[in-house]
Amino acid sequence: MAVARKIPKIMEEPTAFCAGCGHGILNRLIAEVLEEKGQEKNHILILGVGCNCNMNFTWGGDKLQCAHGRATSVARGAKTGRPDTLIISYQGDGDAYVIGLSDTINTAYVNTNVTTFAVNNTNYAMTGGQMSWTTIPGQHTTTSASGRDCESTGNPIKVPEIIAQNFDVAYVARGSLHSAKEINKTKKYVRNAIEAQLNGEGFSLVEVLAQCPTNWKVSTVDANEWLKDKVVPIYPLGEFKKREGRDDK
Amino acid sequence: MKEMWKGNHAIAEGALRGGLQFYSGYPITPQTEVMEFLSFRMPELGRHFVQAENEIAAINMVFGASATGLRSMTGSSGPGISLKQEGISYLSYNDLPAVIVNVQRWGAALGTLDSSQTDYLRDTRGGGHGDYRIIVWAPNSIQETVDLLYEAFEKAEEYRNPVEIYSEAALGQMMEPCEMPEFKERGYDLEWSWDGTDRDHERVDMDQKPIHHTAKFKKIIENEQRWESINTEDAEYVFVALGLPSRVARDAVKRLRSDGEKVGLIRPIAIWPYPKKAFEELPEGIRGFLSIETTDMGQHVEDVALAVKKGFKTNIPVYVHATNQKMPKVKEVIEVYRQLKAGNLKEAF
Repeated sequence: MAVARKIPKIMEEPTAFCAGCGHGILNRLIAEVLEEKGQEKNHILILGVGCNCNMNFTWGGDKLQCAHGRATSVARGAKTGRPDTLIISYQGDGDAYVIGLSDTINTAYVNTNVTTFAVNNTNYAMTGGQMSWTTIPGQHTTTSASGRDCESTGNPIKVPEIIAQNFDVAYVARGSLHSAKEINKTKKYVRNAIEAQLNGEGFSLVEVLAQCPTNWKVSTVDANEWLKDKVVPIYPLGEFKKREGRDDK
Repeated sequence: MKEMWKGNHAIAEGALRGGLQFYSGYPITPQTEVMEFLSFRMPELGRHFVQAENEIAAINMVFGASATGLRSMTGSSGPGISLKQEGISYLSYNDLPAVIVNVQRWGAALGTLDSSQTDYLRDTRGGGHGDYRIIVWAPNSIQETVDLLYEAFEKAEEYRNPVEIYSEAALGQMMEPCEMPEFKERGYDLEWSWDGTDRDHERVDMDQKPIHHTAKFKKIIENEQRWESINTEDAEYVFVALGLPSRVARDAVKRLRSDGEKVGLIRPIAIWPYPKKAFEELPEGIRGFLSIETTDMGQHVEDVALAVKKGFKTNIPVYVHATNQKMPKVKEVIEVYRQLKAGNLKEAF
């Protein structure tokens, strides 16, 4: 039977990301879940600074561009102003885990009822591929030209684990976009995070491991393998903090 | 009815009377009493108080709260306001109203806790990155602090731009009789605010931003100059002072007038936009201007010199008496004036 290919209304404008970038997939997943939940006209995407700035021109829902690293703090203010509106911060790893680490941790610490999607592509992609705290050991970037030396720069940071193990939040998970199977799982995590906020359960965070062929210097096809073979082994996938009374196995 | 109010408590209550709905801040002397007061008073009134983890988070929470339509405020002292500057730049650029309170302490870096006006140039020039300004009001009494705060949210919403209350440590810590106005609230939705429906936020395209913002600031410059002039009609020498030092200058003018000296005072209330119009309406024949300020090298005097250049064709000398972290005394100002008149003072501009 023929199935109509339905593009969410929020995604009508083509994305402006590089070919093979994971952002576009995550945009689609979030848009689909928002439509499923009837929230396409009841959400504000708080945009961090990085590749996601492109969404200022493509995302077909409400959005607010804020300063680098501060999206969760802006989300806290916005949730106070609009408690019945979904407040979602959409950030990269440099934004949420490096310059904005304090904001992210503190928002989890006070367990504000907002959702954070953090795209982890192991580098500062918008500025041309510098080392991030998420850069994998030995990875070549423009500021770790000989490969990341963890002795002097620290090990890959795992913020979902830090938050899940230390703070009383609603939901924490990490998904990956390297295969259809993992994309489907990631969509489930996205859905859980948004449902948690809709139910007033508290802070939810989903980290999404994403391809960055442009800065990894690999082909769009090889980027999937690169993500699966090099990144996923360092960043375990799954739910680190499940929603209370739920067990989606 | 007038009651005794401590300056910082009056800031808090005055803002609430003016409709404050959201406050986020971080402790810092000499401003802490503002947030202490709001921490119990706001829940009492069903409004939102957040003690933030730092100044940067505080201003960004204000950014989010203001965008979603709440009358929002943050406050700090010099060092904390430095940390907020990126956020203030974002507020102005995104045409978001907010109120910022700076209860100043002296100096760069940690400085001291003494009362001072050393943040003048930073605060009147926008403070953060980019070519923008914020409206800055410098009260010289607790009553005026309250009256300006009462108006601040409406002014911020009218121009969709932040408004700063430029206070000083001593003004925050002292007590004075003060009459609190009635509570008021906006009572209607700001139709451009973010509500999740992706409605029109009335923003201009990126390439139109410079034109849009220049027009906004020009309009503010034209409409929002505020000052008080005392005995300037026939003055030969004009003192220029704002905030608490203006009270000393006013007393010095009074004493000198009783001695037959033709002196007057211009007290800027708005320090951005600077009241250049006050200088344009001065009489001919003025022989000198003296800025009296609690800075180290003289900051406000630069604006005095610019206003004098605009107001007069002749090159009238501009002097400065800058007293660092110490409040000038009336006798001291009178002595400085006598030295100036005798030609013993070197002009600043």
